[in-house]
Amino acid sequence: MNKSITIDAHGLPFVKLNREIKRAIAEGVTHISLLNVNGQRYIGDGLRGKLRITINGIPGNDLAAFMNGPEIVVYGNAQDCIANTMKKGRIIIHGNVGDLLGYAMRGGEVFVKGNVGYRAGIHMKACDKQIPVIVVGGTAADFFGEYMAGGIIILLGLNRQHNEPIAGDYTGTGMHGGIIYLRAEVPKEHLGKEVQIMKIEQQDKAILKKYIKKFAQEFGFDPDKILEAEFTKLLPMGKRPYGQKYAY
Amino acid sequence: MLMKSMLISEFIIERNLDRCIVCRACERQCGFDAHQYDPEDDVMVSIDENCVGCQRCSYICPTNAITIRRNPTEFQPHAQWDANTIHNIMKQAETGGMLLAGMGNDRPYPIYWDHLLLNASQVTNPSIDPLREPMELRTYLGRKPDRVEIEETDGKPRLKTKLYPLVEIETPILFAAMSYGALSYNVCRSLAQAAQEFGTLFNTGEGGLHEKLYQYGDHAIVQVASGRFGVDEEYLNTGAIIEIKIGQGAKPGIGGHLPGEKVLADIARTHIYSIEDLRQLIFALKEATDYRKPISVKIAAVHNVASIASGIVHAGADIVAIDGFRGATGAAPVVIRNNVGLPIELALAAVDQRLRDEGVRNNVSLIVSGSIRNSADVIKAIALGADAVYIGTAALIAIGCHLCQKCHTGKCSWGIATQDPYKTRRVNPEIATRRLVNLLQAWSREITDTLGGMGINSIESLKGNRLHLRGVGLNQVELDILGVKHAGESL
Ligand code: SF4
Ligand code: SF4
Repeated sequence: MNKSITIDAHGLPFVKLNREIKRAIAEGVTHISLLNVNGQRYIGDGLRGKLRITINGIPGNDLAAFMNGPEIVVYGNAQDCIANTMKKGRIIIHGNVGDLLGYAMRGGEVFVKGNVGYRAGIHMKACDKQIPVIVVGGTAADFFGEYMAGGIIILLGLNRQHNEPIAGDYTGTGMHGGIIYLRAEVPKEHLGKEVQIMKIEQQDKAILKKYIKKFAQEFGFDPDKILEAEFTKLLPMGKRPYGQKYAY
Repeated sequence: MLMKSMLISEFIIERNLDRCIVCRACERQCGFDAHQYDPEDDVMVSIDENCVGCQRCSYICPTNAITIRRNPTEFQPHAQWDANTIHNIMKQAETGGMLLAGMGNDRPYPIYWDHLLLNASQVTNPSIDPLREPMELRTYLGRKPDRVEIEETDGKPRLKTKLYPLVEIETPILFAAMSYGALSYNVCRSLAQAAQEFGTLFNTGEGGLHEKLYQYGDHAIVQVASGRFGVDEEYLNTGAIIEIKIGQGAKPGIGGHLPGEKVLADIARTHIYSIEDLRQLIFALKEATDYRKPISVKIAAVHNVASIASGIVHAGADIVAIDGFRGATGAAPVVIRNNVGLPIELALAAVDQRLRDEGVRNNVSLIVSGSIRNSADVIKAIALGADAVYIGTAALIAIGCHLCQKCHTGKCSWGIATQDPYKTRRVNPEIATRRLVNLLQAWSREITDTLGGMGINSIESLKGNRLHLRGVGLNQVELDILGVKHAGESL
């Protein structure tokens, strides 16, 4: 049985708002609708289990940090450090997000309709057979996929103006695991020196299809149209990009 | 073209052939292939240049046939260009790489502990006999309230003030952050078990908590570093304290180097750029654990340590852990290990003073580390203002480390800094636990006795009580920073 509740976040400091959310969960609520959210941090932080939170407004930093299970839908933009070290769950954002999206995320899925800021996907890693996935509909700023150690990031650039680059400079700097897919060609000079461009293979197509379908479904796009374009795959050169640095 | 190495062996393996029974134990035990068997002549041969001086072979040899000595070969004496300097240049000329080493700074910088003397009671104030009187080493880690209010309900006194989360330890000595990955599972388990047995804490380091060690969660400080290895909501809720690792004394400012680069070197650069970022992370952790756990922030002692510590306190931390420049590590670039940072004694004194001046000292506990060698160092640290100390190197020595500084190779012959299953068995967790508990017990007894002699019956009363310290052989600047008078000066 699903129990729902609506909380008006207007004027509530984050400590109070999050306490209310936790109290509702303790009472068995499984669907929480938050209204008038305006920058409150840490929503969904450390929450686990089956739960759906819808957010109207703009959640603050560290949305879904350390989250382990729930689903969060944001009708609006979101700020920095979303899905920080998240383990499990889904986040759907109908807008743009700030920097550090998916920092050290180790499982679960994040879908962003719009653009992402700097250092999205930083330190993302695959752990215990879980593969974190981020799909971004728009473009990304510099240092996309920095130090990435695992997982999948798909960048679609759907809203791009003619000639606008899909991602900023230094994409994949320090990357040593995982895969980045870009729905565009990327000039080599935009890439970090630890990544290489690889050909899209059959298994890549299956991955792209699977997650782009989910993305399209959330935001009402036609997946086949998105998939028509050419994709670029980025992989790390090696697991030890800095191996030559030391004398033993 | 092949380049002949110009490196001279640092050690010489002396084998007494009258005693050697060619059992080949040394060959099996050496992690660095310095003993080999020659089947033609049925003798053991030594490869001196491979030896790192860890003494494992001489310990294991059943007939005591092996002696390891430093190579006495002398270069032309030169105060500037000593053997170590020449050796390092040769090595770099041959490899082009940065030098790496394990353990802490080995250079002869001043050790301030050895320039501090403790007081004792004579005539005017009585000493305490710890055999007769209760002595209190129990320590509470976490934020203390500004004041406590008591109220009476039904004639019974009750604490009205709501306390912040506190963690109780039976002695002011904790095991320092040492990760599974840098150390073997057996070592981590021994640290965890000893911490539980004695009533203190171990620290996971930044490699996460091994699943079999979750049962020791009540005695764990769980670290969260920028790489977030092994961090999730369950891990955070399992530990007694959560520690954000900003830096460590052996390599301030740079990230993790695990042995053999099992995890990529250099990637774990810290992503905290401001006190505001730190505050955000502190509260992300507090929210994730419902404000039930003290949050510690660990930093390396660097030149502005006092203002940094103050910023950390204002960012909402409950504990500040400061690691001095002698703090050990599994792997660090030698140039950084040996040249960056501050002695913990000076850093501690500066931080404690700054927090007192700001009136926020009770908002945090201070834990210090970076080469605490014995119980006297612990006592002096507490008198300088620490709540507790972390011990890392001393704990590893207790279970067999011989300080060869080769932890970064992952080949540790003592089975400590290695994952090689053939070697990790050399540490028996039961025995290692016993040795660690013994060490804690010995130091705690010494602390109790010394306190008794000073006329103090509780470690809490010594905390920051610098009048119990006097400096010897220190100049005025050093005395001022340490906040102590020179030996011979009275009150
Ligand atoms: S066991 Fe240690 S001391 Fe003995 S030869 Fe090997 S490296 Fe040298
Ligand atoms: S832990 Fe092992 S490798 Fe490291 S210094 Fe000690 S004996 Fe040597």
